[in-house]
Amino acid sequence: MLETNLGWNDILFMLKGAGVTLSITAWAMLGGTILGMAFGLARTTLPWWLNAPLGAVLDVLRSVPLLIQFVLANSFKSIIGVNASAFTVACVMLSLYTASYCSEIVRGGILAVPATTRRAARSLGMTYRQDLAHIVFPMALRVALPNWIGLVLSVMKDTALVLWIGIVELLRASQIVVTRLQEPLLVLSVAGLIYFLMSFPVARLGARLEKRWHEND
Amino acid sequence: MIEIENVRKSFGPLEVLKGVSLAVQKGEVLSIIGGSGSGKSTLLMCINGLEPIQGGRILVDGTDVHAPGTDLNRLRRRIGIVFQQWNAFPHLTVLENVMLAPRKVLGKGRREAEEIAAKNLRHVGLGEKLSVYPSKLSGGQQQRMAIARALAMSPDYMLFDEVTSALDPQLVGEVLDTLRMLSDEGMTMILVTHEIRFARDVSDRVAFFHKGVIHEIGPAREVIGNPQMPETIDFLKSVL
Ligand SMILES: Nc1ncnc2c1ncn2[C@@H]1O[C@H](COP(=O)(O)OP(=O)(O)O)[C@@H](O)[C@H]1O
Ligand SMILES: [Mg+2]
Repeated sequence: MLETNLGWNDILFMLKGAGVTLSITAWAMLGGTILGMAFGLARTTLPWWLNAPLGAVLDVLRSVPLLIQFVLANSFKSIIGVNASAFTVACVMLSLYTASYCSEIVRGGILAVPATTRRAARSLGMTYRQDLAHIVFPMALRVALPNWIGLVLSVMKDTALVLWIGIVELLRASQIVVTRLQEPLLVLSVAGLIYFLMSFPVARLGARLEKRWHEND
Repeated sequence: MIEIENVRKSFGPLEVLKGVSLAVQKGEVLSIIGGSGSGKSTLLMCINGLEPIQGGRILVDGTDVHAPGTDLNRLRRRIGIVFQQWNAFPHLTVLENVMLAPRKVLGKGRREAEEIAAKNLRHVGLGEKLSVYPSKLSGGQQQRMAIARALAMSPDYMLFDEVTSALDPQLVGEVLDTLRMLSDEGMTMILVTHEIRFARDVSDRVAFFHKGVIHEIGPAREVIGNPQMPETIDFLKSVL
């Protein structure tokens, strides 16, 4: 009944694209989370005259459409003669974009830790760093994790935009298959399923951790 | 010995401590009573350097708390403080709450820190709750845990800031019993409290704090039983 020309080779091709999607997502989350933690912490501690410019830069990264950032960065790279692959540009730009969102998540988590709890930690003789490491970060993590999981899922979908700078990730691979087979509904359904299968474990993991923590609240 | 000499402290334009002088001897229990907003909490936080001061000085065993070179983290090991809010570390079990500072601040090993923590928790009657998370404790138990957490540092002084004020009435007794036990053991304590009768029973001296200064101070029974200043009389009338 269902006649299709979609073969294993096509699916394999799309899975390779999915691999690229995963790898860009992983790099972006790694870079974005490290930078986001640094920026988020900085935003809660820096004096206003350093905080304001940092906040402005992060605002720009958040508000300019990612597609424009990719294309601009990719062109700019050739202008200033940096020899970086489109993949590298994609990872770097997506890391910065992720960092701008992650910094807000981290900032919110840190500000959610009551000042009185931090004062109790300091009153025991803990240093500023010990308070951060043993009290603030673990407590902030519980507030930030659901938002961070949401960020992972949204970044994974945002990676589709890198096809505009010539990277063949899952969506681009699917388009290529669609063009060849002229079976958009089936191919895009398969692509959607693959996106779902990549996102689902992340969402589940988040839900599991949240549940475990809430048992202690 | 804690020596507070003519201490002045402001928050912006609001002067909260207007020249407070006070000395607390080793082994003494001093209660501070007074209206809310009179600066009692602020004074306690100045003693362990959680708040800076603008004038005067505070010496703890001769160490000038607010001198530029003073290592406050080191000083705070010797001064325990328990606040009105319970302030448990919610992501750690009761045992871990109490172990944390001995491990990280005093550099004790895991085993030793565990022993110290368990000993102090048993001391305040929480020996059965070691592996529980604070959220499972009543307010009174959380407050006793906070006391054990401070005691685990083996402090020379303990400061208590209205530790029963946020508790349901039926839980106040168990925390006061813990304080009484510490006083019986000879702990040097400064106790900000609204429990006037308790203050009279456990303290050596009582200080009445009013408008940023110590308005009246003396032996507990005299200040509470036979106050001299009209403001003290009015205050005691309003709370007893
Ligand atoms: N961090 C702060 N910033 C500004 N004002 C404060 C701060 N802490 C306390 N105050 C003010 O200082 C006064 C004394 O406060 P506090 O020491 O808490 O009084 P008490 O403990 O006797 O009730 C109050 O008027 C209070 O509003
Ligand atoms: Mg107070």
